[in-house]
Amino acid sequence: MKSRSLWSDAWIRLQKNKLATGSLFLVGFILFSCFLLRWVLPHDPNDADISMKYLPVGVDGHLLGTDQLGRDLLARMLDGGQISLLVALLATTLTVVVGVIYGSVAGYVGGRVQSVMMRVVDGLLALPFLVIVILMREMISGWIEVMGGFLVDQWGWNSDLVLRFSNIIPLIFAIAAFGWLTMGRIVCTQAANLAKMEYVEAARSLGLGYWVILFRHIVPNLMGTVIIYATLTIPSFILYEATLSFIGMGIEPPNASWGMLIKDGANLIETQPALLFFPALLFSLTLFGFNFLGDGLRDALDPKSAKD
Amino acid sequence: MKYWQYLIVLVSSVGMLGCFNQETAAEKATREGVLLLGNGNEPKALDPHLVSGVIESNLLRSLFEGLCIEHPSDDSQSLPGAAQSWTANEDFTQWTFSLQPDGRWSDGTPVTAHDFTFAYERMLHPDFPSGYADMLYAIKNAEEFHKGKCKDFGDVGVQALDDATLLVTLKAPVPYLPSLTKHFTWLPVPKHKVLEYGTQTEPYTAWTHEGNLVSNGPFQLKKWRQNHLIEVEKSATYWDREAVKLNGIRYYPIKNVNTETRMFLNGQLHVTYGLPPDFIPLALSDHPELIQQELYIGTRFVRANCQRPFTSNVKVRQALSLCIDRQSLIDNILQGGQQAAGSVTPPFGAYQPEGKTSFDPQRARELLAEAGYEGELPELEFLTTDSDVNRRMAEAMQGLWREHLGLRVRIIQREWKSYLKMRNELDFDLMDGAWIGDYLDPTTFLDLWKESNGNNNTGWGDARYEALLAEAELIEDPAQRYQKLLVAESYVMEQTPAIPVYHYNTNYFLSPSVQNWHPLLLNTHPYKFVELK
Amino acid sequence: MYKAILSRILQTLIVVFTLVSVCFLIVHALPGNPFTGERAMDDVVIQRMEASFGLDKPVLVQLGLYWKNLLLHGDMGASMNFKGVPVSSILGQSFPVSFQLGIVAMLMGCGIGMPLGIVAALYRNKWPDYLSMVVAMMGICLPSFVVGPLLQLYVAKPMPMLNIAGWMQAQDVLLPALTLGFGVAAYVARLMRGGMLEVLNQDYIRTARAKGVKTLDILLKHALRPAITPTVTFLGPAFAAVMTGSFVVETIFGVPGMGQHFVDAVTAKDLFLIVGLVLFYGILMGLANLAVDIILMFLNPRLRA
Repeated sequence: MKSRSLWSDAWIRLQKNKLATGSLFLVGFILFSCFLLRWVLPHDPNDADISMKYLPVGVDGHLLGTDQLGRDLLARMLDGGQISLLVALLATTLTVVVGVIYGSVAGYVGGRVQSVMMRVVDGLLALPFLVIVILMREMISGWIEVMGGFLVDQWGWNSDLVLRFSNIIPLIFAIAAFGWLTMGRIVCTQAANLAKMEYVEAARSLGLGYWVILFRHIVPNLMGTVIIYATLTIPSFILYEATLSFIGMGIEPPNASWGMLIKDGANLIETQPALLFFPALLFSLTLFGFNFLGDGLRDALDPKSAKD
Repeated sequence: MKYWQYLIVLVSSVGMLGCFNQETAAEKATREGVLLLGNGNEPKALDPHLVSGVIESNLLRSLFEGLCIEHPSDDSQSLPGAAQSWTANEDFTQWTFSLQPDGRWSDGTPVTAHDFTFAYERMLHPDFPSGYADMLYAIKNAEEFHKGKCKDFGDVGVQALDDATLLVTLKAPVPYLPSLTKHFTWLPVPKHKVLEYGTQTEPYTAWTHEGNLVSNGPFQLKKWRQNHLIEVEKSATYWDREAVKLNGIRYYPIKNVNTETRMFLNGQLHVTYGLPPDFIPLALSDHPELIQQELYIGTRFVRANCQRPFTSNVKVRQALSLCIDRQSLIDNILQGGQQAAGSVTPPFGAYQPEGKTSFDPQRARELLAEAGYEGELPELEFLTTDSDVNRRMAEAMQGLWREHLGLRVRIIQREWKSYLKMRNELDFDLMDGAWIGDYLDPTTFLDLWKESNGNNNTGWGDARYEALLAEAELIEDPAQRYQKLLVAESYVMEQTPAIPVYHYNTNYFLSPSVQNWHPLLLNTHPYKFVELK
Repeated sequence: MYKAILSRILQTLIVVFTLVSVCFLIVHALPGNPFTGERAMDDVVIQRMEASFGLDKPVLVQLGLYWKNLLLHGDMGASMNFKGVPVSSILGQSFPVSFQLGIVAMLMGCGIGMPLGIVAALYRNKWPDYLSMVVAMMGICLPSFVVGPLLQLYVAKPMPMLNIAGWMQAQDVLLPALTLGFGVAAYVARLMRGGMLEVLNQDYIRTARAKGVKTLDILLKHALRPAITPTVTFLGPAFAAVMTGSFVVETIFGVPGMGQHFVDAVTAKDLFLIVGLVLFYGILMGLANLAVDIILMFLNPRLRA
């Protein structure tokens, strides 16, 4: 009962925030375009025809024109979005799972265990982000390649599909390896607060087990914080992916990602500004969307700052 | 809020400064006689025995001077450098160099023949980790000494007859030796300074650091700021200092080629290291007076792994080659007026290999069928580096092979070190590769495909080919020697261990105020003659 | 309080020691060799190079030697990529540059972010809120490799006193700092808004408002100090991160800072430079967090216990 009214309260508050509801629709539309619309578009994102390069907007059925190799820009933007969003969403999922488990255990157990577990997180946070991501990516990509080869050879999986995914898995793990730390820290603080609540005490006195209390009573009550933070994590992961693409640590060609498209576009800023403008616009809109949605959710779900 | 005020004050004061200072950095430098040069990246070192790259060679050319030096406009000529004159015996196996009587290191110490023998011994010493020692292998017993088979440097064919005379004995006739000595591997090092900071074979000592480096070239080191700037100034002790027009050169290690282009157009540089391909057409139409497009003795090719079943088949390799529409790749991706390559050695001077660059998918399909491959083809792995242009070329070739042969190629893009590792371990089917000539002779390219050559990296080896090269080595007449080498060239091209794609071309911006800077095939511009107006 | 600080320092040292050792081992386990290059080299030559850096010994011995040299002689080893240049000299040359850039970037970030955050909080869910948050957020919604070239072309190019890139004159710090600061501003604005909202909802502020105290006075005298807490917590580590440079900004603006070494060293497998950077970064992070704790104690006397 209690939690239901909290969520519906939040929903009502969210609706009042025009920026946040707008963002919700925007994000929904972009997700829909990248994951569904892309399959009904007439052009293959990797179909290169060099004689058709740099077509302007709207020529020959290319709604947004073509790129350096004559590939349809819109198709590449949506296909790239699929990869960028997939990387961000899966890395966020990983972050949430690891962060929630680690953080809630640390916070609930408390005491020395908590302080040791949190020192570990602090320690890892003191590593330079790029060094870790690049090292992780290199370590994992070797294993993934072997695994992908096995799936294709032994189980007869579609090699294009395996390639597409085996390509992004090292990226996901590399980003999540760093990303879960902040999540773990936030969850830990919350869990520690919750562990002192009366209802948890009550549950404990009823003789409920450790894990039951943790996963029935503490984790569900963390969800508000987790959702807010996860929504804000997605855009920063999309940005990480773009940065890695700039460094040349992105996904393998000919597949596109937003980072890769924007990087290529930034090199053409003087000559073919459209190739920067459209991908960068879609990219920024998505990031704006997720950020404002996250902020809106925070306002709506966090009862403290939403008293008025 | 205070920060805002601070910022406003800062910006406006900077703005005021700007009003008085309308002269661009390049204009100011022209006035001061200082060349501003984009140099691509930070050098790995300034010790001529430890480096192997173009970036380092640009720096070493201003700091040090070898026996012979480059002519400002003709690669095939060699001008007197540290050597005043030289003579060879009849069969070009013994060369005597007499050094400049006024040759001085920048600390005033005379340059002697012993500095040269000291340098060559250091380079070739088995205990010294030089990466480029094979450039000296033309010298008698040099290879044996480097590999530890010959223990006594006295047996190696370099000898200081006296302070001013150096005798070089070769293992085979090399009529083009003066041109070889222009390469930075043949530079002398200051014996007294190297020994001051360590032993002869101690590799990473401080003798090349700012403040310590003593050199014999037209310029000497003034400032070395990592990733920022290397500044050299005119040397007061150089024997031909009257001829040196520049007062100094500033080398900027600008990694991002787009930034470099923008800096040039904003008047911050005299010369750029390169140009982004997509900028070339725009530069040609908007700034034709600034862009330089020069032939460069280098070739980009696709190595085929001749140890793997599919690509070990000659007909398959030929088919792959026939499907590359070289001209279209050049026109659309590289855009720098490169020349489609049908041979590994670029044509230059009297050496004109007949290159087949035809694009013939029909014939390619027939060849593939002759090789017994129809219908189901294996998936190939194409190894390339993480540079943007290489990626785009790989994508385009991937598309061509898919379209015309139905061949599925997977692009493996690796950062530099992993790329090198996979290359050296032959862990690829096809790979993107290149070679740049070290000196102006076809052997700098043809030797690559010897089975024992460490840069071969295709797993290809052929007794007949090596016999042809060995025969050529013994021919003294240059024209006949080229004839023999052309036979070897066309043989290796028919076998196609590597599929040539295009011959290099340098594209860069050059300010009109830079004088006496001419196109050179090796792109080794002697700064000694450059002038600013 | 001093005891707490001391124990924090000790913890930091233990953490850094562990991190550096682990990194040392990981880099050893990765494929690729720091000495390979475009041209082939004999295995013997590569072994000679490895030997001159002590890489021929067992890994754990190498690690021991590293710590011994570092602690006894203050020797961080030499770079293998930049043949024999001491790691300490690489850090010594690049850090001051990143430090200058970092300070200006942080000032710009706070200068842009804080006012925007405060405005947003005061006009919550009204158009000034939306507008200032959109402006603030631009910094994290566009990658810096887009912001950088845009600034070069549309700010530096028309202004004769600004260079496109390079590190030649004092004002060269402005554009890279703005690019970096833009990213910081978004976080600062958001945290400032959150902190401010929380404070504005406190009873004592409501009372003061009800009594008719001017908004500006409330802000400066009562609200700012407690509201700034979350921002300060963020600024500490962010400062350490910004001060150690950014690969993207440095390569685009040709700044000779530390950031590019983080990427270049790893791709070149430059062992001693990598661990040197990890060491330096770790210590800096530790110091930044310590500074945050001390500042927070001053801002909030209750924590001083």
